[in-house]
Amino acid sequence: MQFMLLFSRQGKLRLQKWYVPLSDKEKKKITRELVQTVLARKPKMCSFLEWRDLKIVYKRYASLYFCCATEGQDNELITLEIIHRYVELLDKYFGSVCELDIIFNFEKAYFILDEFLLGGEAQETSKKNVLKAIEQADLLQENEMGLFYALLAAVSTLN
Amino acid sequence: MALKIVKGSIDRMFDKNLQDLVRGIRNHKEDEAKYISTCIDEIKQELKQDNIAVKANAVCKLTYLQMLGYDVSWAAFNIVEVMSSSKFTYKRIGYLAASQCFHESTDVIMLTTNQIRKDLSSPNQYDTGVALTGLSCFVTPDLARDLANDIMTLMSHTKPYIRKKAVLIMYKVFLKYPESLRPAFPRLKEKLEDPDPGVQSAAVNVICELARRNPKNYLSLAPLFFKLMTSSTNNWVLIKIIKLFGALTPLEPRLGKKLIEPLTNLIHRIYLFFSQILHHLSAITLVCFSWLIAFLFFITVLISLSSGMPNHSASIQLCVQKLRILIEDSDQNLKYLGLLAMSKILKTHPKSVQSHKDLILQCLDDKDESIRLRALDLLYGMVSKKNLMEIVKKLMLHVDKAEGTTYRDELLTKIIDICSQSNYQYITNFEWYISILVELTRLEGTRHGHLIASQMLDVAIRVKAIRVFAVAQMATLLDNAHMLTGNTQRNGICEVLYAAAWICGEFSEHLENPMETLEAMLRPKVATLPGHIQAVYVQNAAKLFATVLKSQEGNTDSTTAQEASQLMIDRLPLFVQSANLEVQERASCILQLVKYIQKLQQKDVEVSEEVCALFAGELNPVAPKAQKKVPIPDGLDLDAWINEPPSESESEDEQPKAIFSKEEPKHSRPRHTEVDEKELARRREARKQEQANNPFYIKASPSSQKVYQETPGVEHIPVVQIDLSVPLKVPGLPMSDQYVKLEEERRQKERAEKKKKDKKKRKEKRSGRGKKHDSGPESEEDITPAHMVDIVTEEMPENALPSDDDERDPADPHKALDIDLDKPLADSEKLPVRSHRAAEVLKSPAEDEEGENVSSLEPKKKSSKEKREKKKDKDKDRKVKMLFESGLSETWERRLISVMLTFIFLFYSFDRKAYDIQGNLQDGSQVVVSVIFENKCDSFLKSMEFNVLDSLNSKLQRPEGSGPHDSLTIPFQLPPGVSNEARFVFTVQSIIMPQKLKGTLTFIVKNEESSTHEKLDFKLHFTCTSYLITTPCYSDAFAKLLESGDLKSSSIRLEGVNMPFHHLLARICFHHHFSVVERIDSCASMYSRSIQGHHVCLLVKISSQTVSVDAKCDEPTLLGNVLDEIKQTFSQC
Repeated sequence: MQFMLLFSRQGKLRLQKWYVPLSDKEKKKITRELVQTVLARKPKMCSFLEWRDLKIVYKRYASLYFCCATEGQDNELITLEIIHRYVELLDKYFGSVCELDIIFNFEKAYFILDEFLLGGEAQETSKKNVLKAIEQADLLQENEMGLFYALLAAVSTLN
Repeated sequence: MALKIVKGSIDRMFDKNLQDLVRGIRNHKEDEAKYISTCIDEIKQELKQDNIAVKANAVCKLTYLQMLGYDVSWAAFNIVEVMSSSKFTYKRIGYLAASQCFHESTDVIMLTTNQIRKDLSSPNQYDTGVALTGLSCFVTPDLARDLANDIMTLMSHTKPYIRKKAVLIMYKVFLKYPESLRPAFPRLKEKLEDPDPGVQSAAVNVICELARRNPKNYLSLAPLFFKLMTSSTNNWVLIKIIKLFGALTPLEPRLGKKLIEPLTNLIHRIYLFFSQILHHLSAITLVCFSWLIAFLFFITVLISLSSGMPNHSASIQLCVQKLRILIEDSDQNLKYLGLLAMSKILKTHPKSVQSHKDLILQCLDDKDESIRLRALDLLYGMVSKKNLMEIVKKLMLHVDKAEGTTYRDELLTKIIDICSQSNYQYITNFEWYISILVELTRLEGTRHGHLIASQMLDVAIRVKAIRVFAVAQMATLLDNAHMLTGNTQRNGICEVLYAAAWICGEFSEHLENPMETLEAMLRPKVATLPGHIQAVYVQNAAKLFATVLKSQEGNTDSTTAQEASQLMIDRLPLFVQSANLEVQERASCILQLVKYIQKLQQKDVEVSEEVCALFAGELNPVAPKAQKKVPIPDGLDLDAWINEPPSESESEDEQPKAIFSKEEPKHSRPRHTEVDEKELARRREARKQEQANNPFYIKASPSSQKVYQETPGVEHIPVVQIDLSVPLKVPGLPMSDQYVKLEEERRQKERAEKKKKDKKKRKEKRSGRGKKHDSGPESEEDITPAHMVDIVTEEMPENALPSDDDERDPADPHKALDIDLDKPLADSEKLPVRSHRAAEVLKSPAEDEEGENVSSLEPKKKSSKEKREKKKDKDKDRKVKMLFESGLSETWERRLISVMLTFIFLFYSFDRKAYDIQGNLQDGSQVVVSVIFENKCDSFLKSMEFNVLDSLNSKLQRPEGSGPHDSLTIPFQLPPGVSNEARFVFTVQSIIMPQKLKGTLTFIVKNEESSTHEKLDFKLHFTCTSYLITTPCYSDAFAKLLESGDLKSSSIRLEGVNMPFHHLLARICFHHHFSVVERIDSCASMYSRSIQGHHVCLLVKISSQTVSVDAKCDEPTLLGNVLDEIKQTFSQC
C-alpha cells in the first residue's frame, strides 16, 4: 500500500499515512486531486478507481471516507478488508467510533493504524493482538504520567 | 519556590493542548488562517521552553496542523528533540510527528541515526516498536545502510512483537539499500518458519513482495512455500502465497501440476474468507457471490499455472460464463471485479472472452468511469481484423458523447492503441484509419495532439500505398488549419499540423495542387503556431517549392514557377522575424536560396533539378532503439580521450574565444547555393562511398527499396463533401463511416467470390475443408486487406546487439533488488556494523586464516571436550578478534564444526551531549560487546549459552533474578552457514587497566543422526583504547585543558616509522579513537575522552622516521596503557 487517507464528506482531511516518502507539496497535490475525484463519485458506484498508475480502493463509513492507494497487483478485496479491519479496530478502541473521536484523538488513531499496518503491509491480522499492543503501550504511558498527574492534583489543591 | 516553578510550567503546559486547538479551529471557521497563525506563534514559544512535556504538546499540535496542510518543516529539529526523550509518552509523539513530517530531503534525518539505534536496542519493546514504525515511514538510503545491521539483529529478538516489525521493515531497507538483501536473506528465510504466526506472516509478506518483482531468484524457495501453503492457517498468508505461486509457475511449469491438488483443497477456506469480506462490503445478498469471487481468484491463479495444462480451456469457458453473471449484476463492485478477472483471462484465452463483446461494449455506457476504463482495457484485447472497424466506430461515438476531458483522452489513446497494436495487425484498410485520425483532430482540448501526429507520420512513412491518400487528407487539413488553431485553448491539437506539414512536404510529389498547399502553408496565421511547428512549415514549404518547380519543368510558360518564387519571397520575411531561432535560421536560409533561384529563373536557367536535389533521397523509418543497438566495434574504447584532456587553466583561457567564434556573421550561411551541379554530384558520390565503408551508417534494407506497386485504391475516395450543418467537422474530409461501408461491401464481394471458388473446389474434391467456411461467418484469415499493404518495418543497425533487458524502467527501485540469493555470502558483503566505527570491523579474520585452521584441525583426539584454543593475536587492530574452533568427536568423521566468534567491542556513545552528566556516568560504566556467531559446519546449532567468569572489575549483566554464574541464553539458533549477532552488556568499574575475561560458550550440535553437547572456551580482551570515545575538541578548549595543570604527562618514542604523517594520524584516529584538534606541518595535537570522562591529549611530532608522542591525561595509569597500545600498533606495521 502506498498511502491511506481519511477524509470527511466536506473534503476535510482527517488522517493521512504515507508509506512512500514524498515531499509535502506532492502529498498535498495528490490529496487534493484524489479527494475531489472520490467525492465526485456517486454512492452507487464501485469502490475501485484507477488513478494515475495506482489503484484506489475507498469505502465510506458514515461521514468518513477511507481511501487506500495500492499498486496494481494487489488484491482489491484484501485492501477493502484492511479498511474494514481498521474501522473495526477504531470502533473497538473508542467504542462505536465517530468522526469526532478521530478528530480529537487523532494521535491515537495513528497509533492504532501503526500497530495494524507497517510500511504499507498488514503486520498483524489478529484484532486482539493489535488492541493488546495498544492497551499495553497506553498503560506504559499512564504509568509514566502517574507522577505528573499527582503533581497536577497537588497544584490544583494549591489553587 | 520550587513548587511555583512547577506550577508555572504546568500552567503553561495547559495553555492549549491538542483538544483545545482542534476545538479552537472548529470555532473559528471564518478566520481559520488567522487563528492558526496565532496558534503557530504560541507553538513557537512553547518549543523554546526546556520542559519536554511542553515541547511534546507543541509537536503534537504541529502534527495536526501539518495534516491540515500547514508547513511545519521549520520544527524538524524540535521533533528530533521530542523523539529523543527518555519517556515513552513523548517519544511516541515525537516519532509520530517524524513519520508524518519527514521525507528524504529533510536534513535533520541525519541527526537521528544514533537516537534510532539507541531506541532499537532499548530494553522496552514499545520503544523499539515505536522506532521501527517511525523508521518505516522515513527511512533514507543512509539510514538504511547505517541501521540495516541493527534491524537484522532485531529479527531474532526474543519478543515476537519486535521480530514481526523488524521483518516487515527489512523490505523498506532492501529498497533503499539493496546491498543488504543478500546478507539479510538467510535470516529472513529462517523467519518463514518462526513459531509466531505474526512473524511468519510478515516474512511471507516481505518475500512475496520481493519475489513478485524478481520471481526467478526465488524459485528455490518454492518447496518451502509449498509446505507453508499446506500447513498455514492464516488466510492472509495463504492468499499471498497463492499469488506468489502465480508469479513463480510461468518460470517453472512443473510447479503448476503439483499445485492443483492443494489449491483445490484450499478453495473452501478461501471461499469462506472472501464471503466474509463481501459481507462487510455491503449487502448480505452479495455473499451468494462469494463462491464466485473465490473461484475467480483461483481461476486467475490457475491461468498462470495453466501453461502446463492445455486441456483446461473447458473450465475457463465455464468460468467466463459465470463471470458474465457477475458483470451483469447491478452491484458495481462485482461488475468491476468481474471485468478485472475477465481481463486476466483474456491474456491467455482471448477466444473465450471475445464472444462476450456485446457485454463489454454495454459496459462502455456505464455511468461509472472505473467500469468504463476496465471495459476499454478489455476491448484492446478483443479486436480482430473482423471487428476492429465496428469497435472503433462504437468508440468514436463514445468520444463524441464523453463528458470530461480525462475520459475522452483515455478513449482517444485507447483507439490509437487498439488500432496500432502489434504493428497495425488488425487494420485492413488504412484509408479508414487515416480518416479516423483526421476525425480525432476534431476533439476539443485534448492533450494528445502529438500522439495523433506521430500516428499520422508513422502510417504515412511506413505504409507506402497510403501516401497518396494521406497527402490529400493532410493538404485539406492544412487548408483548414484555422479550424484547429482557432481556439488557443485547443493548442494541444495543433501538433497535428506538424505531421500534416511534414507529410505534405516530404511526399509532395503526390499532391494534386502543390501550389495551393504552398499558399496554405505560408499564410500569416501560421506565425501564431508554436515554434517547432513553424520550423517544419518553413522547411516543408521549401520542399513544396521544389516540387512546384519540378512540375513546371519543360513548361514553356514559366509564370507559375515565378509566381511560386514570388510567393516565397513575399511570405518568408515574416518567418525571418520569428522569435524562435530555429524558424529564423531556416527561413533566412531558404529566403536567400529562393532569391537566388528567382535570379536564375529570370535568366531562363533550368534550376528545378538542382533544387530538387536538395531534398533527394528516401527517409526510412528507424527503430527508436536503433542507436542503442549499434554494436561497438572491437578495439574502440568510447571512454578513451581522443585528445589529451585540456587542463583546467587552459579551458578558462579558451572560453572567451569560444564565445567569440560563435558570433560569426550570419550572411555566410547559404553557401550550398553556390555549389554547382558537378560539385554536388561529386560530393554525393563521395558520401555514398563513405557510407558504404562506414559501419555506423544505417543502410536501407532491401525490403524498403522494393518498388511498390501503385494500387488503384485511390478510386475509393469519394466526392468531396461539404457539410455546413456540422461546423466542427473539417469540411472536405471524408468520414470514416463511409469507409466502413465500402469495406463491408468489398468484403461481401470477396466472400461471394470465395464461395464460388469453394463450390468449385467442393465439386472437385467432395471432402474438402469446406466445413470451416460453411459453419460460420468468415474467419480471420479470410479477410484480405483492401490494398496490398506493405508495412515497412523499422530499421535496425546491422548485427544489432540482441538485448531483452531494455524493457524495464531503470528508475524502478526493484530492479536493484534483482540479486542472486542462492550464491554463498562473501565476507565483503556483510552489513556494516555501527557506521561510525569503520566498516572494516566486519572483515572477519576467517578468510585469511581458514586454510590454516582446516589443516591444523584434522588430527584430533577423540574427546569432544578437548578444545583447542587458537588465538591469533591481531592486536594491531583496535578490536580484539579471536578465533575458536570446537574440536570434534570422531563419530563426525572429520566434519568440521567451527564456530567463529568475532568479538567487537563497541560502546554506547550516544550521550555526546555534555550537559547530561548523570546519564553519562551511568553509561560510562557500561560496555556493550557485540559478538557475531557464524556457524561454519553443516549441522544445526541450537541452545547456545554464553557465560563469562566475572572478575571483580568487570561483570556480565545478567537478567534480574539470575545468579552471578548463570549463563545467558542466546536468543537464536544457527542453521549451517548462517551468522548472527548478539550483544552482551558488561559493567566495568575501573577502566584504567586492560583486562581479559574468560568465558565459555555451550551449544547443541544437531544433525540428522544425533545431537551432541559441545563447549567452547574463549577469552575476551578489553583493551584500554576500547574505552576511549572519539570526541571532537576545539583548539581553544584544548588549550584551556592543557593549561589547567590537572593533567599528568608521559611520553613515548616510536622509531623507524615509515609512513606519511597524515597516515600516521589517521591510524591513531582509527585504531585508538582520537580526533585531530590541530595540525601544523609535522606536528599535531589530538584529543580523546574515555567513557568515564578522562581527557587524553596527545602531541604528536615526526622528524625523519622518529615519532615522539607527548601525552597528558588526568589518569596516569590509563595513559600509560593507552600509550603502550599505540606503541604496539606501530610496532606491528
